[in-house]
Amino acid sequence: MRQRTTKRRGVRKEIEKNGNIMNSCANTQPRGGLILKCAAYLIGSLTLQLLWTATDAGASVDTLDYPGAAWSPYLVGAAIGVLSWLTFYFSNKPIGASTFYAQLAGFLGQLIAPRHTASLTYFKDKPPRVNWGFVFVVATIVGGAIAALSGGEFANEWLPPVWEARFGDSVALRAAVAFTGGVLMAFGARLAGGCTSGHGISGTLQLNLASWITVICFFVGGVAVALALFNL
Amino acid sequence: MIETVKTEKSTTASHTQLEAATPKLIAGAIFGLSFGFLLQKGGVGKYNVLIGQLLLQDWTVVKIMLTAIIVGMIGVSTLHHFAKVNLHIKPTHIGANIIGGLLFGVGFALTGYCPGTAAVALGQGSWDALFGMAGLIAGSWIFAELSGWTKRTVESWGDFSKVLLHDLVSVRRGVFVVCFAAVLTALLVVVQQFTPR
Repeated sequence: MRQRTTKRRGVRKEIEKNGNIMNSCANTQPRGGLILKCAAYLIGSLTLQLLWTATDAGASVDTLDYPGAAWSPYLVGAAIGVLSWLTFYFSNKPIGASTFYAQLAGFLGQLIAPRHTASLTYFKDKPPRVNWGFVFVVATIVGGAIAALSGGEFANEWLPPVWEARFGDSVALRAAVAFTGGVLMAFGARLAGGCTSGHGISGTLQLNLASWITVICFFVGGVAVALALFNL
Repeated sequence: MIETVKTEKSTTASHTQLEAATPKLIAGAIFGLSFGFLLQKGGVGKYNVLIGQLLLQDWTVVKIMLTAIIVGMIGVSTLHHFAKVNLHIKPTHIGANIIGGLLFGVGFALTGYCPGTAAVALGQGSWDALFGMAGLIAGSWIFAELSGWTKRTVESWGDFSKVLLHDLVSVRRGVFVVCFAAVLTALLVVVQQFTPR
């Protein structure tokens, strides 16, 4: 009980701090500096909150009780690194996944409302096409299937066991949460310019500042919400 | 399909059509197959591995990503040094990177798969990935609807164009890559030492 009240107080303090940041930001002059400062404060306070949540978390589910990788993560990571050399060299393309979904959205849009779709800024800049990236992701599905079948790991299930252990056996609930998450992910990826593949691997390995900022934010946001989902 | 056939004929004639050329698409398919295969073998098509990372219990994702970054960085930087490859640097818009990144993270935790691993999860028969993929399509559409607005607002906040990490510390790329690879490897060793998986 006492812990809970301290938690509340902590949160309130955090909110007050954020309020102060808002004020201080409004007074600062140059725009780039202002945004950098706001961003630094925002990330800082989020990280603090996160660490603080993590320390008194006793997760209700232990994910390590469930099967992990078939191969060593270092082997897989190194192979993906080499794969990125090959895509750069042979296809002049970085590995990426999220654009695929924007292209699918574009195709659907062209079917349903072609004129409206053509008028949207995003599709003007990047008209949907069956290109390298599109085929790449379709093949990723097949690659995943081959690996799962060859390793005897084909799941054939509507609910992941960890999810079921935590949230029960409602497929509708899983569908609603997963769909909402998908919407946020796609919106975030488009805004940030890439996903865990495009920024998280391809961008970071090119030493792109944008990608390092973005991938850190992926994990800050992801860890905060995951801890909340599984601990509260 | 029609587009592919059409462009196949004009491949030799027009270089602007190269994007849709069939050999290129076949290369994409082979690379995509390998990528999906590796991710599944790495366990990152599994919900428990991905959410385990976000719960800071299972460190498979970080291990794979850091290793891929180290290996990829060394190779691509070397190839670039000898002018064998082009870099594809996305512009830094601090505001969009942070807001988009955080939104993505929130969605990642809710869905439990990211865009690439959702494709892998679907392939391995985790059908709940379909809900996430439907959401990804819907979210992409919503973004497209708002793209005129985001371009004028969020994407103009903290716009620094293309910035590389070694520009920040004014060091030559090669030197930076060597040092950074050492730092990331050390980080990987620490992660390996202190995590059960």
